[in-house]
Amino acid sequence: MIAIIDYGMGNLRSIHNALMKVGGDPVIVSDSRDLPGADGIVIPGVGSFGDAMRNLTPFADRLFDSVDSGTPLLGICIGMQVLFDRSEESDSAGFGLIKGDVVRLPEGVKIPQMGWNELTIHRDTDLLAGIDDGDFFYFVHSYYCVPEDPGIIIATTDYGVDLACVVSKENVHAVQFHPEKSSKKGLRILENFVEMTRC
Amino acid sequence: MLAKRIIPCLDCDLGVPHGRVVKGVQFKQIRYAGIPWELAEEYDRQGADELIFLDITASHERRETMAKVIEKTSENVFMPLTVGGGIGSLSDARTAFNSGADKVSINTAALKNPDLIGEIAEYFGTQACVLAIDAKRRYVREPGKEMVDTPDGECWFECSFYGGREFTGVDAIQWVIEAEERGAGDIMLTSMDRDGTKDGFDIELTRAISDSVNIPVIASGGCGNPDHILEVLRDTNASAALAASIFHFGEYTVGEVKECLRKGGVHVRL
Repeated sequence: MIAIIDYGMGNLRSIHNALMKVGGDPVIVSDSRDLPGADGIVIPGVGSFGDAMRNLTPFADRLFDSVDSGTPLLGICIGMQVLFDRSEESDSAGFGLIKGDVVRLPEGVKIPQMGWNELTIHRDTDLLAGIDDGDFFYFVHSYYCVPEDPGIIIATTDYGVDLACVVSKENVHAVQFHPEKSSKKGLRILENFVEMTRC
Repeated sequence: MLAKRIIPCLDCDLGVPHGRVVKGVQFKQIRYAGIPWELAEEYDRQGADELIFLDITASHERRETMAKVIEKTSENVFMPLTVGGGIGSLSDARTAFNSGADKVSINTAALKNPDLIGEIAEYFGTQACVLAIDAKRRYVREPGKEMVDTPDGECWFECSFYGGREFTGVDAIQWVIEAEERGAGDIMLTSMDRDGTKDGFDIELTRAISDSVNIPVIASGGCGNPDHILEVLRDTNASAALAASIFHFGEYTVGEVKECLRKGGVHVRL
């Protein structure tokens, strides 16, 4: 079972349907007690950093336990950003599962970035199996993550700055774009994640 | 670098079982093109970047029918989906989002109650609110209107509402500037003069609007072939182009349009 954390901020139909489509068995989970049985956990991308952290706090302890025990985690969009230490968007602290900051997109580009942008892949991982350099994914965001350790950056995209859009640190994975809105290539990434949860 | 977007538009008649995608000519005659979610899946295969579903009947009792169309589509189609036509309140918008829509487009309701733009942006994010405009050229100089030079003479652009049946006196350039300040995330700009004609987009209108705002402008109305899309995306600051009949009736695929754009030097997702 793959738990999609419902933190009460929007519709999770797309990510649920997408995981179903690639053969996963997603369950929308709004009570942290349902996390321990999950083979994989998805933090979907809805809302702002402060609101997300406020609503996610009740999940924190069991989320850390699951990550410690090796359960694959996938953060999407704001669900990526909350894995970091802190964000310029809010005073709330992030989960700190990945060391680094979340900062606003630079001056001179339209904010939010909204649309299809290309990946530059820096190293091969299971999460990006079947994905090629230059493949497009759908982004909607105003802030981006800056990991302390550049070694965890799997892929970047160019939007006024080369920003980390796929990171992996052991069993913690995160993407800035929306794979559930990125057609075939997005589904492939979700399929790769589902595959990891079966190991 | 962001790709320019190609957006098939599905005008839906929801008064028949399952709904039907239809195509009107200059807001009037109707031809049937197919079942909405089947067309949506076909456009996904062809490489569409986004889809817009417009309820052309826009009546209140059909809101639930549109919700079902979107629910059904979102089972198999994974790209941004916009719903428009008859969205009049925050509660209508919520129904659309809950069914799987990522954005709603509003037109008449925003002209009558501009606060709705900000309300949708606040609850669902600025990216979720598309302001739709149906604009018509007016070749008469009027005080306070933004006059634009065109090969056919100087004109301003008037917004209409109620599906093109009534005119507002509102200047489209001034309206988009206000809408951006209020929180609109995209402008879906339809030329009433060109809609259904297949003579090409209104380049002067699209240029005037896309040069007035920083948010993305979707050019619409008049597309008859891929060169028209190339022209509007190359010669204006529009971020996207919308077309309906050239796709619905199989004249061109989205892939053929994108190939034409790529050859013409426009950055697209292939």
